[in-house]
Amino acid sequence: MLEVKDIRVGYNGSGLVLEDLGFTLGAGEILAILGPNGVGKTTLLRCINAMIQPKTGSVMVEGADVFDMSAGQIARHLGYVAQHNEAGRMTTFDTVLLGRKPHMGWKVGHEDLHKVGAALHQLGLQHLALRDIDRMSGGELQKVCIARAIVQEPRVLLLDEPTSSLDLKNQLEILGTIRRVVKEHQLAAVMTMHDLNLALRFADRFLFIRKGKVFASGRPDEISAEMVAAVYGVQVDILRHDGQVVVVPNGKNGD
Amino acid sequence: MSHLNHGHIPPAYTAYVGRKAYFVTGLALLSLVLLVMAISLGAVRVPVDQALKSLAGLEADPRFQIIIRSIRLPHALAALLAGTGLAAAGTAMQSILRNPLGSPFTLGLSQAGAFGAAFAVMLLGAGTMQSTTVGAVTIANPYLTTLAAFMACMATSMVIIAIARLRGATPEVMVLSGVALGSLFSAGTMFLQYFADDVQLAAMVFWTFGDVGRAGWREVVFMAVVVALGLVYFIANRWNYNAIDAGDETARSLGVRVERVRMIGMIVASLITAIIVAFLGVIGFVGLICPHIVRRIIGDDHRFVMPAASLSGAVLLLASDTVARLLMAPHVLPVAVLTAFLGAPTFLYLLIRGRWR
Repeated sequence: MLEVKDIRVGYNGSGLVLEDLGFTLGAGEILAILGPNGVGKTTLLRCINAMIQPKTGSVMVEGADVFDMSAGQIARHLGYVAQHNEAGRMTTFDTVLLGRKPHMGWKVGHEDLHKVGAALHQLGLQHLALRDIDRMSGGELQKVCIARAIVQEPRVLLLDEPTSSLDLKNQLEILGTIRRVVKEHQLAAVMTMHDLNLALRFADRFLFIRKGKVFASGRPDEISAEMVAAVYGVQVDILRHDGQVVVVPNGKNGD
Repeated sequence: MSHLNHGHIPPAYTAYVGRKAYFVTGLALLSLVLLVMAISLGAVRVPVDQALKSLAGLEADPRFQIIIRSIRLPHALAALLAGTGLAAAGTAMQSILRNPLGSPFTLGLSQAGAFGAAFAVMLLGAGTMQSTTVGAVTIANPYLTTLAAFMACMATSMVIIAIARLRGATPEVMVLSGVALGSLFSAGTMFLQYFADDVQLAAMVFWTFGDVGRAGWREVVFMAVVVALGLVYFIANRWNYNAIDAGDETARSLGVRVERVRMIGMIVASLITAIIVAFLGVIGFVGLICPHIVRRIIGDDHRFVMPAASLSGAVLLLASDTVARLLMAPHVLPVAVLTAFLGAPTFLYLLIRGRWR
């Protein structure tokens, strides 16, 4: 579904931010991109979405290169949920309707309205349809943004730190919603994350970036303390609890 | 993605959209009523039926026909067009610049226009004053002044566009360039005024009082074409502005070419403003506050804000122009004096009252 190959990104006058980075992702799979601050996780998402043109490499969605697509075609193939979302005085329904923009002509069609209604239902937002989004909690707003990306009817969903400013309950709820939507719609989802435990719990695979390169990747149960130590410089123990992999910093960190 | 095919549209949403459409229609009707009133009311009272006859292209009473055709109608249409154009440009600028203080004048256009006019008065000899029987003053060569004001406005836009192309079309670059250029032109105007004689100084100051009475049919036609094309462009971009309001990254992910939309929107808004400022002088407030008044009533959705704000600009300027002509009749106050007097209390009332749907 998604094939990212040999991506090299560098800004003028500085070295490479991302170097020879690549991975593939199938339908219904969630990949968590992990790594310390400033390692290039968001840059990678922007590159996949063609907001940044890499020096070399390709991003293929169902066999088509996104760098050969028009802006509208990209929006019909890839949905993006940004880390920071502005909330103006728009209702939930109209905000989600905005996600139909890549498909709309001059007028909003009945089909567009029905799809928004369906997305609101799927994300449990129907009771908030006429609520202005500037009066919503962080968790509700994040769900609205996910619904907006869903009605784009993309094949790939990109999420930049989807739970960064949410409390624990909302973190679990949002990631659960993302997982359900990805499986139901058979999307490929890439999300950048800081919380290793949440990533291992909700993603099908993880990918560690270190110094702009893929350091390690695998299924959640393949993570090791050595990987975490090498990427973050933190000593951890890897535990199993209730069928889940849990990363716990240990007493060797000098605190 | 068949999963999304059979969604339910809440009936309350349909009613909610209908209310917004009624609001826009109501403003359109109010503009028409005010247009007729603007033609009817003044130093000489024209009966409403005669005003309507004239508007419909029918033969009105010859006593009124000349007043309507030569004075009232072009002035009223100028007010309608200038209000529409300035408010539409302001609405677009507030979205493009992601700044609630955004308006065509944020980019220094009024200061540029005033400098252009001052330059024409001082150095191109357009500043001889004429006193009429009612004590009003006119600039001897209005075309030269208009041209100079227009050129200065467009030069400002071009410089901002050049800087934006060089440094990236971000709202910060555009707003700060506009503020810097506005200050530069203000200093230039002050410099010219310092060395101007009494007559030239009076002409320079007089020009800055925005007044729809300066417009004749030629100006009205010119403004109508530019404002109509600009409005169509802005309305065609309503979803792009909604997307930009959601954040640049989100807009890009929805297929909006943000820098391009920002740049072209700025050019169109500048052109509309430059034409209006050059023909009528500086009419502030309309472009800044009308979008805010409308946003407080119907929210931020540009599908409705753009037409509603444009019509509210027309309503405000038509009402202000009519009051300006009646208040001290037969003397006519410049309309720019009254737009803030009428608009500011309305806006403050809405600000205090809070939201309404």
